Amino acid sequence: MLTVAVEKNLGAFSIDARFDSEGGVTALFGPSGAGKTSIINMIAGLMTPDSGRIAHDGVVLFDSAAGIDMKAAQRRIGTVFQDGRLFPHMSIRHNLDYGRWMGGYAKDPAAFAHAVALLDIGHLLDRRPGKLSGGERQRVAVGRALLMRPRLLLLDEPLASLDAGRKDDILPYLERLRDEAKVPMIYVSHDASEVKRIASRVVRIESGKVAAVGGSELLTA
Amino acid sequence: MFDLSPQEWIAVQLSLRVALVATLVALPFGIAIAYVLARKNFWGKSLLDALVHLPLVLPPVVTGYLLLITLGRRAPVGGWLADHLGIVFSFRWTGAALACGVMAFPLVVRPIRLSIEAIDRRLEDASYTLGANGFWAFTTITLPLALPGIIAGAMLGFAKALGEFGATITFVSNIPGETQTISAAIYTLTQVPDGDHAAMQLVLVSIVISVAALVASEWLSRRAQARLHGG
Repeated sequence: MLTVAVEKNLGAFSIDARFDSEGGVTALFGPSGAGKTSIINMIAGLMTPDSGRIAHDGVVLFDSAAGIDMKAAQRRIGTVFQDGRLFPHMSIRHNLDYGRWMGGYAKDPAAFAHAVALLDIGHLLDRRPGKLSGGERQRVAVGRALLMRPRLLLLDEPLASLDAGRKDDILPYLERLRDEAKVPMIYVSHDASEVKRIASRVVRIESGKVAAVGGSELLTA
Repeated sequence: MFDLSPQEWIAVQLSLRVALVATLVALPFGIAIAYVLARKNFWGKSLLDALVHLPLVLPPVVTGYLLLITLGRRAPVGGWLADHLGIVFSFRWTGAALACGVMAFPLVVRPIRLSIEAIDRRLEDASYTLGANGFWAFTTITLPLALPGIIAGAMLGFAKALGEFGATITFVSNIPGETQTISAAIYTLTQVPDGDHAAMQLVLVSIVISVAALVASEWLSRRAQARLHGG
């Protein structure tokens, strides 16, 4: 279970969010600029909260009272960014393998083949990210996060940079990921129809605060 | 006809060795300083920035003289290095390489700094989330992405080192076979009667070397760009 309770003053507005997530897919849903990405960055370890506590299955990732702030590199939280952020100088294969390499794990061809098949990116392995389509790029980004053996996956608006038709191409992959990979996911989106398909549990974020927690009934804002 | 004397050939070889060593030694320091200037904020940053650029704005003779009074055989630092480590710069080719490295340093740092500043830091963030610590993020993401700037810095540094004259001649003099580089040899030939022919030959040699270095760096940098943005 992921428990998040963070406060952070961002100047223009401040974040004060408390929620928890029981495995499966939890959506952080809310309008653009509500602070969803900042919350994700604090869970991933890319932004330090002013105060609060973040823990996952008994492992404390951040606790201001106890002076704990685990580095992003040690958190093992797979993160899929809105803009993919594939490494442009590496082949797709090396992008996918990067987390395993940095984590110091032995090669696991079965896991690699499974992720590649799940996301249907086998034909891209020897290419570089430069000329991939937006949808291909995001599928590789999901695969890269999955193959680092994460304790948790964060998907930050993974479809927002794609046009509507492309979104429908990617969503089935994300549904398969949810059903086949047994990794809990936090899914950030401002798009109700997208969230409805992916997530069972919804945390609605408005101006930096948790406005409501519940099921898909929260999606009709 | 093209007939370089043995002494002139030695000047050519010495120039290449001095410029190459100066560039290779300046490069790691240049990358480190460029990274610090591009990424870190600290007290005294503008001072460091000014210090790095100093050889660019000072008259070369002044830089050479400053090297002489700090690193000369009888100077405090130079004397200590000679007595304790056996490292002597004055009137040696190593001193010429040092003078060239110092003069080239600002030109090495600048393009590397610009290319590090141009890197999307969110790529480094992505590598952190994938388990890379600071060292690995630097070596696997920052350094390869800065490669075009590193090539440009090395090229500019090499060209500067090859042509350096004022600081070198002030620091290590103009000793044939030891510190006399192409530039110093050309200067010497212009001071003697009938030196024109030999001087012109050395001028041609230095043009060929410079153009070859430029072509090589263009080729390398195009390859690096293709690697970064290829499909």
